[in-house]
Amino acid sequence: MKKKVVSSLLAMTMLASVLAGCGGKGDSQDTASAGSTAAGNTEASGNSAAEEGQVINIYSFNNELQTRITAVYPEIESTSEDGTTSTLKDGRIIRWIINPNQDGVYQDKLDEALSAQMSAAADDKVDIFAAEIDYVVKYTDADIDAAMTLESLGINPATDLADQYEFTKTVASDQNGVMRASTWQACPGVLVYRRDIAQEVFGTDDPVEIGKKTADWETMRATAEELKAKGYYTFSCCDDTFRTYSNSMSQPWVAPGETVIKVDQKILDWVEDSKEWMDAGYFDPAVSGQWNADWFTAMSSSSKVFAFLFPAWGIDTQVKPNWDGAEGSWAVTNAPLSYNWGGTFVLAAEGTDNPGIVKDIILALTANQDNLTMISQKYADFTNAKSVMKAAAEDDSFAADFLGGQNPYTYFTPSADGIKMAPLSAYDQGCVEQLQNAFKDYLKGQVDYDKAKENFETAIRERYPEITEIQWPE
Amino acid sequence: MKQKRKKIDYSKWGYIFILPFFVSFFIFSLIPLVDTVRYSFYEYFKSGLKQIGPTFIGMDNYVSLLQSDMLKYAGNTLILWIIGFVPQIVIALLLASWFVDVRLKIRGQQFFKVVIYLPNLIMASAFAMLFFTLFSNKGPVNSILMSMGLIDSPVDFLATAFGTRSLIGVMNFLMWFGNTTIMLMAAIMGISPDIFEASEIDGCNSIQRFFYITLPMIRPILAYTLITSIIGGLQMFDVPQILTNGQGNPDRTSTTLIMFLNNHLKSKNYGMAGALSVYLFIVSGILCFIVYRITNDDDPDGAKAAAKKKKKEERKYVK
Amino acid sequence: MKSKGYNGFRTVFAHVLLIILSFMCLFFFYILLVNATRSHAELQKGFSVLPGSHLLDNFRSVANDGTFPMVRGVINSLFVSTCSAAICTYFSALTAYGLYAYDFKLRKVAFTFIMAILVMPTQVTAMGFLRLITRMGMYDSLAPLIIPSIASPSVFYFMYSYMQSSLPLSLVEAARIDGSGEVRTFNQIVLPIMKPAMAVQAIFTFVGSWNNYFVPALVIQSKEKMTVPILIALLRGADYMNRDMGKIYMMIMVAIVPIIVVYLFLSKYIIAGVTLGGVKG
Repeated sequence: MKKKVVSSLLAMTMLASVLAGCGGKGDSQDTASAGSTAAGNTEASGNSAAEEGQVINIYSFNNELQTRITAVYPEIESTSEDGTTSTLKDGRIIRWIINPNQDGVYQDKLDEALSAQMSAAADDKVDIFAAEIDYVVKYTDADIDAAMTLESLGINPATDLADQYEFTKTVASDQNGVMRASTWQACPGVLVYRRDIAQEVFGTDDPVEIGKKTADWETMRATAEELKAKGYYTFSCCDDTFRTYSNSMSQPWVAPGETVIKVDQKILDWVEDSKEWMDAGYFDPAVSGQWNADWFTAMSSSSKVFAFLFPAWGIDTQVKPNWDGAEGSWAVTNAPLSYNWGGTFVLAAEGTDNPGIVKDIILALTANQDNLTMISQKYADFTNAKSVMKAAAEDDSFAADFLGGQNPYTYFTPSADGIKMAPLSAYDQGCVEQLQNAFKDYLKGQVDYDKAKENFETAIRERYPEITEIQWPE
Repeated sequence: MKQKRKKIDYSKWGYIFILPFFVSFFIFSLIPLVDTVRYSFYEYFKSGLKQIGPTFIGMDNYVSLLQSDMLKYAGNTLILWIIGFVPQIVIALLLASWFVDVRLKIRGQQFFKVVIYLPNLIMASAFAMLFFTLFSNKGPVNSILMSMGLIDSPVDFLATAFGTRSLIGVMNFLMWFGNTTIMLMAAIMGISPDIFEASEIDGCNSIQRFFYITLPMIRPILAYTLITSIIGGLQMFDVPQILTNGQGNPDRTSTTLIMFLNNHLKSKNYGMAGALSVYLFIVSGILCFIVYRITNDDDPDGAKAAAKKKKKEERKYVK
Repeated sequence: MKSKGYNGFRTVFAHVLLIILSFMCLFFFYILLVNATRSHAELQKGFSVLPGSHLLDNFRSVANDGTFPMVRGVINSLFVSTCSAAICTYFSALTAYGLYAYDFKLRKVAFTFIMAILVMPTQVTAMGFLRLITRMGMYDSLAPLIIPSIASPSVFYFMYSYMQSSLPLSLVEAARIDGSGEVRTFNQIVLPIMKPAMAVQAIFTFVGSWNNYFVPALVIQSKEKMTVPILIALLRGADYMNRDMGKIYMMIMVAIVPIIVVYLFLSKYIIAGVTLGGVKG
């Protein structure tokens, strides 16, 4: 009975949308109810016919996920030359659908596909999709139900994912604490510094000694002053320190179910400290932000910048290629605060016609310790397995020549243990981007503090029309 | 009698010739356009994967746009357009008239003609990438300026409104002046050489020839250039978007109207984006109407009216 | 004598200005070329005037990457851009001619209408466009990148303006007297006169279509149908491990070569337009 109503509703919405000349999304209520019935159907059909679909569609924004899955999923027999499809041993096919992140194309296409999920032909349904930590909450939302709970896939987080870092599990959970995503990596950040500068300024380049000088922000300030006296900058720019502050926020940007943005005191601390540091000359004035040529140059031997705050991937892919001095000139030590920067999550799309394979892939990629060890060795990811990472911290084979023979995991691993991930919201990506942007004008002296606040509010209202209020801490 | 029939016959051909255009337009532009206009009266946006609306709210979107910084962005757009367009049209006119002037023996004409259009061939995003590198704090422009002793410390071009706007202006100029030159050249080539010959016999110098013959003769194309440039200016997006990473920094002084529109589209706010588009239509429609009027119908010396009359007579004569 | 000296001065001035402008234009190509010869590591270190030694490495890594359909992308882009340029110029000229040469009831309405839609920003209708072509079953195909260019108001307007200044109606009348049919008149008499304008707009349309990222990114999904700008975006969006700026610059170079060829080819016709001017007399 109910099903009939829903299907006629569906038909009506479709008809209406055709008549109106607009995309068939109807209003959200219809979609939601249609969604739940369709999901029910899938289960039913799953029971009656044990056979699953022939095509597994995996949506991603680059080939990172593809390389990792190909490396760990034993059922993959061959991958086509152009990399768009892989054939499994039983003849089924994985279709890799990769759209660039640029201009939000990836999320647009994924959203489009997810909203058409219920009406799509079985072979066109999204089965697995990737999401970065900055926007994963958008997809784990229980009300939207775009991603399956791991439990309904047959994965028990308590046992199967026991070795994962707690904070990654928190990130991967919806507002009710139910896991809907999983990741193979954690991205604990450390402080990576120049040994030669440390020698010159502090008389030692020993990570333990330097670590004492970077233990917290108070000590850090004194250290910065010492560096400045010798003509060095502590960090390249204010964006470098942002993650350490934002990771220790006590409340999310937007609490679940609310439409109010609450700017955390920690964020304003960042603004205040950055202003102080900038005026004091602890940042390199020639570097205006991250990911530009000036920033990269700050990692070269001609630079006067002492340190960067990076997780594992940053050292390997940013510092290393930009360094043009002697090998072994860098070392890592503890950052003033433990923090996480980045991470790609894997989600099973609600309505997938291949729940069995999806489950196997997620388990192979994010729960199998051998696989995770292999990923760490092969791709230098800091993988999401406490025991594996603990072992790596004690394993000399993880020592890096670039770091003068130091094993960075001795610092990565404790940093990962210390991470208390700030509560996330679906608004993080936009809020962080707009806040850094609005206050950069203030830090550079282009606008005053209140104007920067106002610009932030304007930008937020443009980006998130549903936001009704923006609250600043007293 | 016969003539009348013939006329009906011809008008049929008029319809036939414009049919493909209109069919294609109605399918691919009008249907989506109707959507746009319709949604401008609705509250209709997406929050994450959730969809809010569409709920009819009348003119609310229009009102709240007026209360926003829309006019500021309109001002930005105007400024950015002017600093790119003025040098562009001046240089383009100059170059086009030089290229077609046989008495100016410009060596390597072919080379220059090819070269000036080249920047337009690069994608805007690639072009902006190059500009970033060139004008970064530790980039070549700063190091040249410093080694010449003009500045002591690197100039952060993108930190000031003046610097950012100038860079956008330069990029727009470089990307489009060749394009405009070629267009004007094609127009000037379309002028019958007889007229130039006659003017030469009458003792016109090159400046007179330029102002009294070339300019009036290419007026339709000039109007075209102006109108397309106004539209291009109103739609300015790529260059400032990429150069400022979509933020229009500093203090939103280089946010253009389309970047504003893009922000709404990015947040999937179809209602607001629709209303903004309608505003854009109205404004550009008015602007184009004015330009079209000034350049095509305004007829101070009556030359055009005379020409029209002559044409009519010719037609009569032929018939 | 006086005029000769004056012209001499103008010639010198013109050369100086042209050389400065050409330098500015070519400079960017030079940088692009230099960047395409440098490795990712070299590129991140900053700017250099001297070329590196990785030209072939970069080319190989773009061309031989089995997962990256460079050749396919160039072919797709060539196909889309050529078709777009061809049908866009032809139909725009046809429409312009229809409105210019014939008197009919809706003529004024049609003209005003086209002028009004001239001002429509493309971004506005993008979402509706996407939904429409999805419903028409043209999602992930090259057709929606080509067919809509039949209706290009700005090209139409250019053609119309050009006809106003260069196509005397007497010529059409004369053709009619000679017994030429309307379609033949257009194809064999009007089109040749329009050649310079067509060449100009063909270049512009070709380049516009070649460099278009926005619409193809919306419409194209599968790798074998991607056009060059999407491929470049894909390279730029590669994860930290695989991002290779050298590859990106090389791909941009690869993307530029075909349009330069087309441009050089068509620019001949523009020059040829000078001689065509004689027809009108």
